[in-house]
Amino acid sequence: MNAPQKISALFDAERARADFEILSRQVYGKPLVYLDSGASAQKPRIVLDTMRDFAQSEYANVHRGVHFLSAAATDRYEAARRTVQKFLNAAREDEIVFTKGGTEAINLVSYSHLAPRIQPGDEIVLTVMEHHSNIVPWHFLRERAGAVLRWVDVRDDGSLDIEALDAAITPKTRLVAITHMSNVLGTVTPLKEIVARAHAKNVPVLADGCQGAVHEVVDVQALDIDFYAITGHKLYGPTGIGALYAKRAHLKAMRPFNGGGEMIREVAKDRISYADPPARFEAGTPPIIQSIGLATALDYLSAFDRNSVAAHEHDLLTYAREQVGQFNWLRVIGDAPGKGAILSFEAEGMHAHDLATILDREGVAVRAGHHCAQPLMERFGVTSTSRASFALYNTRADVDALIAGLHKARGILV
Amino acid sequence: MDNALRELYQEVILDHSRHPRHHGVLQGATHQAEGYNPLCGDRVTVYLKLGDDNRVSDIRFLGKGCAISQASASMMTEMLKGRTGQEADRLMKGFLHLVKGEDASDLPEEDRERLEVMGGISEFPMRVKCATLAWHTYKNAVEEGKKEEGAT
Repeated sequence: MNAPQKISALFDAERARADFEILSRQVYGKPLVYLDSGASAQKPRIVLDTMRDFAQSEYANVHRGVHFLSAAATDRYEAARRTVQKFLNAAREDEIVFTKGGTEAINLVSYSHLAPRIQPGDEIVLTVMEHHSNIVPWHFLRERAGAVLRWVDVRDDGSLDIEALDAAITPKTRLVAITHMSNVLGTVTPLKEIVARAHAKNVPVLADGCQGAVHEVVDVQALDIDFYAITGHKLYGPTGIGALYAKRAHLKAMRPFNGGGEMIREVAKDRISYADPPARFEAGTPPIIQSIGLATALDYLSAFDRNSVAAHEHDLLTYAREQVGQFNWLRVIGDAPGKGAILSFEAEGMHAHDLATILDREGVAVRAGHHCAQPLMERFGVTSTSRASFALYNTRADVDALIAGLHKARGILV
Repeated sequence: MDNALRELYQEVILDHSRHPRHHGVLQGATHQAEGYNPLCGDRVTVYLKLGDDNRVSDIRFLGKGCAISQASASMMTEMLKGRTGQEADRLMKGFLHLVKGEDASDLPEEDRERLEVMGGISEFPMRVKCATLAWHTYKNAVEEGKKEEGAT
């Protein structure tokens, strides 16, 4: 997926930086070096402006009133759905369900698709590198319905062993739930191959695309994937919005999730019928302003040549990896070929939280902790790691600040 | 280095974290509890031998975590040993005030002076939980961690 490094010259990160006002602020008197986009990305000006403009000039509730503003807001909301459809290359716009985030998207599949059909002893295949949001919904089915979780290990370099995954899919498997890109290791999974192997055994596949959709171009039709979850705030959009792509046939067969306004066809005192998807799964007033923000963010991202953005991020990762590779006191966790721009590591004599505190005082924001991936921490024998994650607005100077901060922390702690 | 960092990671604290006192399992403990910080995955187990008035006749801890949490646990064991339950409660209350940057003048002067090295944490609100983990675990061990007769 990663283009040759030379192409990165085509992407002007310095210019992109200017779109993100927050990046010019200081913390503790030092320039902000934001290396935590894997947790949440900053928002470009156009996203913030567009949400504000919409709220100031076209806002009303959607799908309700007959008045002018309601019609205008409904148009914008449905246009946002089409933007997500285009971003994921879904065949139909009604295959996109707006959710409050990636977590809700996965929970929706767990509750509405799998729960009604799961039998005791049925299996769900997942990997040890899943985020808790792609673990806990399946634990619910284990606890409540007797489902069995089949865990697929990763190799020591963090890569996925497709044969091990294939072997874990049995006649009892009801779903493969797998990340597109690990939020800790950066490992990118071969979704197309995974879907082909699973479909050969009539098993549907859900991908957690919260990281993957940010760094990879996603084509759900080419992948032939059944479910793909994204979240807005990692895609340079606002919080409070995400989306589930699901094949039309799945959505039509799924029972409602939340009950409330908007998701019904008809309600009487003794009977009820439900709206068609996607409305069936969008009970209550949806995150209207956020949907406009998400669409704007996707348009912003799509206006770049995505391959050169990926090449730029990969250049930062390589630049950082080469330098930390020279420290015999630092162990990188996750070195899979073709991995995305996430660098997790453990440093000798420096607990991740102490390190993050010292880096923070240098203006460098990294994530420290278990990254909501405790099974993976266990797999690598650590309780926490430090993680630097790179976005389109990061530069080599940011990496330099990280490296300088590491030396400084070592001077204090070791 | 900036002053707040120097204050936080002063030599006394680093020394405690590198060479924790009373570290290990306490054979014959009467009380024990495990503390866990879900934010960072840090763990600490506090073992106590309590006498009359809940006097801490012996104390040990096992733990894995950041310098602050380990140093705090180590210092706590030094401070609590020999104290009655009432004295320990007063100490804990004063310590919690101290790390939150609140008034800790109700602490006896000698205790305050010894605990003051942890005062730098008050500049780092995200890290206060690291410092208080061991203390809350101690309290938990006293209140709910009584071991059954004969158990080790």
